[in-house]
Amino acid sequence: MADTEAQPSRSRDLDKLLLRPGNLVGANFDPGEELRDDLAKYAKVLVVGAGGLGCELLKDLALSGFQNLEVIDMDRIEVTNLNRQFLFRFEDVGKPKAEVAAKRVMERVSGVNIKPHYGRIEDKEIDFYSDFSIIALGLDSIEARSYINAVACSFLEYDSDDKAREETIKPMVDGGTEGFKGHARVILPGVTPCFECTIWLFPPQVKFPLCTLAETPRTAAHCIEYAHLIKWDEVHSGKAFDPDDPEHMKWVYNEAVKRAELFGIPGVTYSLTQGVVKNIIPAIASTNAIISAACTLETLKLASGCSKTLSNYLTYNGAEGLHTKVTEFVRDKDCLVCGPGVLIELETSITLQKFIGLLEEHPKLLLSKASVTHQRNNLYMQAPPVLEEMTRSNLSLPLFDLMGKTTKTTLHVTGTTSKNDKKTSALRKLRVVFKGVDGVTDMDTAGGA
Amino acid sequence: MIRLFKVKEKQRELAENSQGGVPVKKQTAGELRLHKDISELNLPKSCAISFPNGKDDLMNFEVSIRPDEGYYLGGTFLFSFQVSPIYPHEAPKVKCKTKVYHPNIDLEGSVCLNILREDWKPVLNINTIIYGLYHLFTEPNSEDPLNHDAAAVLRDNPKMFEANVRRAMAGGYVGQTFFQRCL
Repeated sequence: MADTEAQPSRSRDLDKLLLRPGNLVGANFDPGEELRDDLAKYAKVLVVGAGGLGCELLKDLALSGFQNLEVIDMDRIEVTNLNRQFLFRFEDVGKPKAEVAAKRVMERVSGVNIKPHYGRIEDKEIDFYSDFSIIALGLDSIEARSYINAVACSFLEYDSDDKAREETIKPMVDGGTEGFKGHARVILPGVTPCFECTIWLFPPQVKFPLCTLAETPRTAAHCIEYAHLIKWDEVHSGKAFDPDDPEHMKWVYNEAVKRAELFGIPGVTYSLTQGVVKNIIPAIASTNAIISAACTLETLKLASGCSKTLSNYLTYNGAEGLHTKVTEFVRDKDCLVCGPGVLIELETSITLQKFIGLLEEHPKLLLSKASVTHQRNNLYMQAPPVLEEMTRSNLSLPLFDLMGKTTKTTLHVTGTTSKNDKKTSALRKLRVVFKGVDGVTDMDTAGGA
Repeated sequence: MIRLFKVKEKQRELAENSQGGVPVKKQTAGELRLHKDISELNLPKSCAISFPNGKDDLMNFEVSIRPDEGYYLGGTFLFSFQVSPIYPHEAPKVKCKTKVYHPNIDLEGSVCLNILREDWKPVLNINTIIYGLYHLFTEPNSEDPLNHDAAAVLRDNPKMFEANVRRAMAGGYVGQTFFQRCL
């Protein structure tokens, strides 16, 4: 970023934020050229998604002084993307979004390096994600967000006082848009609520009763869903419906038209068919630009400390006028994904059976009839009878062996607790530490065989 | 945070993950909630659950229902359950694997049960779904039909409906459709 005598600095706007002190700065803010250069050199940001939000994010981050970016997206460019995913042109239709996006931004912003990844987020090793300083999300589904959230939170470690260890916090900035509405939020695992802590915010999905679809359709959407969910199976039984296959979509559209004609319902169009089947809401470029700007600003603030971070959830509604609000949600301390769980110290010799008995007496748990699961292994299930039989043989084995002989690991247990004489079911996360392995020092909790 | 990133970068080659290994892929919150639901299952004698992929895959399982009263007494009906990773935000996908003559189950196996679609709430669980399915057999209703013919017969001629059900369960034709024996 060297500038000649006559020309103003390329980063003059950024310089105003990074080179001078201020009153609204974050803790440990150290203004100066070193900060600006360090940002370019050491901050590595991953952008998840190269669609509506992803394109904007890449552009914004590159222009905000970040020089080490990577982007991952599993899709290819389609014609309908071109109204807002401005990094793509007509000739790019069919090419992987991540690759074209990376190329275009690198052409326009000198100094930035963007590595594209054409593939699914689930196919990357966890290691891949641990390299990044901050992860910026431009995703379009609950499932994908839930996955990335779980990955980021898996790096989180707690100390013996149940406080999150700062160097294990993997910050995420999550943006989402839908028509004229959008949100931007900052997730600091262990500090702010994670995605799972606030999943209750989502309203239930709109699902029509199958019988309405079958007997009494009233809207164009009913006709489309009839063709999609009922008629498809009748005619193509066994073959899975692929929403990305234009032949399949056309078939559904034609059947929906026939149905609509039968019941005298107007409004079935090909684009409505796509919308209903794929759950698409028309996207608006300006919403994406606004939300991406908010996300980029938060990423810059987190990385540099140049101002206080958004705390922690911003909503935007531009449908009628313009409204934004920032809400400070709190963490669910019992969150299965980002919570500390209960710290338990055990001897390596303790059997699964003894461990289950221990849970009943542990003051923080008082959990009876516990079922135990470790990563993807169900160690013991109290019910149903078929699973109880399959897992009974594990009861006499040492827990340490069953859990892969690692000193520190997480376990989940479910059972019944008693609160005010009322029995309720409970699902708990446990942080297990095995004593006497490679000289692990004693901590003070109830434990022992 | 920039200081942290610098320190991390310089330590990267030397740093040993304090767990002594790479973080492993954990279970999703959905899988854990499902684990809880399954471990608390309290099924009546008429319902049995099985796990075709073994004890560690709880996301795909089968439930067989043998009604002990009503029109469908004696028949055995198999349902497949497919649970999504974002359970309980989304209801499990349930299909009837046994071809059955029933007003609320079509010949493709789609089941019309309100709690599987528009009335699903995350506070419901696998137990409630199984009870709901069982209820379909003890109290079939002609008001939410997926199989219009069966519904019409149930409504207008219950004796004929009963005969049709028996014939279908024993293995035979009802109208143009052949039903395999499931008694």
